Amino acid sequence: MNSNPLQFVRHTGLVAPLDKANVDTDQIIPKQFLKSIRRTGFGENLFDAWRFEDEGMIGKPLTERQPVSDFVLNDPRYSNASVLLARENFACGSSREHAVWALLQYGFRCVIAPSFADIFYNNSFNNGLLPVQLTHAQVDELFGLATQSQPIELSVDLEKQSVIGRDDRSYRFEIDDVRKNRMLKGLDEIGLTLEHANAIKAFEARHQNANPWLFRDASA
Amino acid sequence: MATLYDKIWDAHVVGQRGDGLSLLYIDRHLIHEVTSPQAFEGLRLAGRVPWRLDANLATPDHNIPTRNRGLGMAGIEDPIAKEQVVTLDDNCKSFDIQQFELLDVRQGIVHVIGPEQGAVLPGMTVVCGDSHTSTHGALGTLAHGIGTSEVEHVLATQCLVQQKSRNMRVEITGSLNQGVYAKDIILALIRAIGTAGATGHTIEYAGDAVRALSMEGRMTICNMSIEAGARAGLVAVDETTLAYVEGKPFAPKEELWNDAAASWRELKSDSDATFDSEVVLDAESLAPQVSWGTNPQLVVGIDEVIPDPASFDDEATSETAERALKYMDLHPGESLKDVSLDIVFIGSCTNARIEDLRAAAAVAKGRRVSRSLNAALVVPGSGLVKQQAESEGLDQIFINAGFEWRDPGCSMCLAMNDDRLMPRERCASTSNRNFEGRQGHLGRTHLVSPATAAASAIAGHIADVREYL
Repeated sequence: MNSNPLQFVRHTGLVAPLDKANVDTDQIIPKQFLKSIRRTGFGENLFDAWRFEDEGMIGKPLTERQPVSDFVLNDPRYSNASVLLARENFACGSSREHAVWALLQYGFRCVIAPSFADIFYNNSFNNGLLPVQLTHAQVDELFGLATQSQPIELSVDLEKQSVIGRDDRSYRFEIDDVRKNRMLKGLDEIGLTLEHANAIKAFEARHQNANPWLFRDASA
Repeated sequence: MATLYDKIWDAHVVGQRGDGLSLLYIDRHLIHEVTSPQAFEGLRLAGRVPWRLDANLATPDHNIPTRNRGLGMAGIEDPIAKEQVVTLDDNCKSFDIQQFELLDVRQGIVHVIGPEQGAVLPGMTVVCGDSHTSTHGALGTLAHGIGTSEVEHVLATQCLVQQKSRNMRVEITGSLNQGVYAKDIILALIRAIGTAGATGHTIEYAGDAVRALSMEGRMTICNMSIEAGARAGLVAVDETTLAYVEGKPFAPKEELWNDAAASWRELKSDSDATFDSEVVLDAESLAPQVSWGTNPQLVVGIDEVIPDPASFDDEATSETAERALKYMDLHPGESLKDVSLDIVFIGSCTNARIEDLRAAAAVAKGRRVSRSLNAALVVPGSGLVKQQAESEGLDQIFINAGFEWRDPGCSMCLAMNDDRLMPRERCASTSNRNFEGRQGHLGRTHLVSPATAAASAIAGHIADVREYL
């Protein structure tokens, strides 16, 4: 484990194939779990309505739940999976960062899909979950491999921008350098921005001068 | 040759960080109870303070009951929900952030109260930890939904770290037929371009049909931009915008108003601006729209039948459609007009403004909600919308027709509070998402306009509102 949760360099793990397109964040973590004021405790309710027959509630023990037998995460072969393979437009819908927290806290470090919704994509980098975008053809190929009787292991190397399979077959992925470097180093976004505090103050003064109506005290 | 998005962007770029990303200065940060507690906790743990207090405005909306509001906090029976609302209170007090509290008449859905108060103004950059922040683009405002880490970042730095998005222009030509509303435009658009059709883009809505819309209608359209995957939705400022903003409590007054209005009149794309993609939709051709599936792309006109999943071009949509029909217990070739309902919900940041309630009340007036329904709810978007509706007698129209008249909040749009569907209940809803379980575990949602929702409540099944006008 990394000591810095924001850092991602290389990860090797079993792949869980979630063969659905347009998975929305309401499915990743349903609304009833958003009542929590904490940042932790979401993992056990990841995909709650797909994983369990009964309706989930905060604090309901896992031992009292009835698993949906044919949901991929309930298949014992994938019980230790840490790489989620998904289809296009993954995590569309609500901006809830709880979706990223739930995936991480369940044990995923990486999601591979042909495309992601924008807000989720951003949220992932702010938490050390790596979203890997491969082509449709590559994702198809990985689904073919990952759904065979034996689960597959993949290594995701952020430095090399490469997903590597067991027989050393590799899939290169694109990622912008900025996000890549931030994640490789596990840098704190707020700290990076506050290095520019003087520039923000200077901008703010100019902005106020040009648009004084934007700076009226709300309660005045 | 700049687009409106380019102009607002350029006016707010503080500069680039060493890593090449831009810092975008944020004028207004709206806060609610669900996505903020972890951000405030993060500030505390790092010993940071909010950069600019008066840029923030908070209100509870997602997780509050819509009954017995007079009881205040004591009316929140769920102890976990209550803790979240109390935590917002505590955080606003300890950080000195202005909040419209539960019992304040100005409380309401965050995307209703921002424009209503003039807390959101043209040309602003606006963020909120909620994807439907895109609503505010209706005022010529660049408004992004953000995650909780970004909420904390904006609190601490007054900036959002951004890469510029691409420009998309959506032109809605012609004029709407009777019984067809802004909601029908946006549903038809998402049907046409898909739930990822605008990913990475900021959409500017233009064309005669958009110009003819009220601010409420424009908000409805911008609100659902996110359902097409867009980073934001925008409408250029015109006299409709200025007339709406003038006189709002937080809006500039007198001389400052004149200066602001002159500046805001420039908030439009240059005539020779170039867009990365363009879409044209003819308003004239639209019938009232109804969703039949489990995402907002799976929509048909009320005159059409449910399509065969195999008829979709791409495999992913076909599979999604097939799964959706199973979840919704519907079949290809079926007409939605025959589909009976259990619940009707009129509310949400998409459709809980005064104009929405007027449109629904016009249909409900003198009629009765079908006995076959389990409930029909009307949840105003804010305390002030509620007050306005009551002063116009709309509450009595709804109550006489058999609707429940509730207190403001997000309510059954996302069903975090007690307003939710029971398993397999079917709902005609004016909200924005028909995802599986969105309105309650195993619940089934049909997205419609407020007028169609009202007509459907009367009929007891999904109805063609044009027969009720």
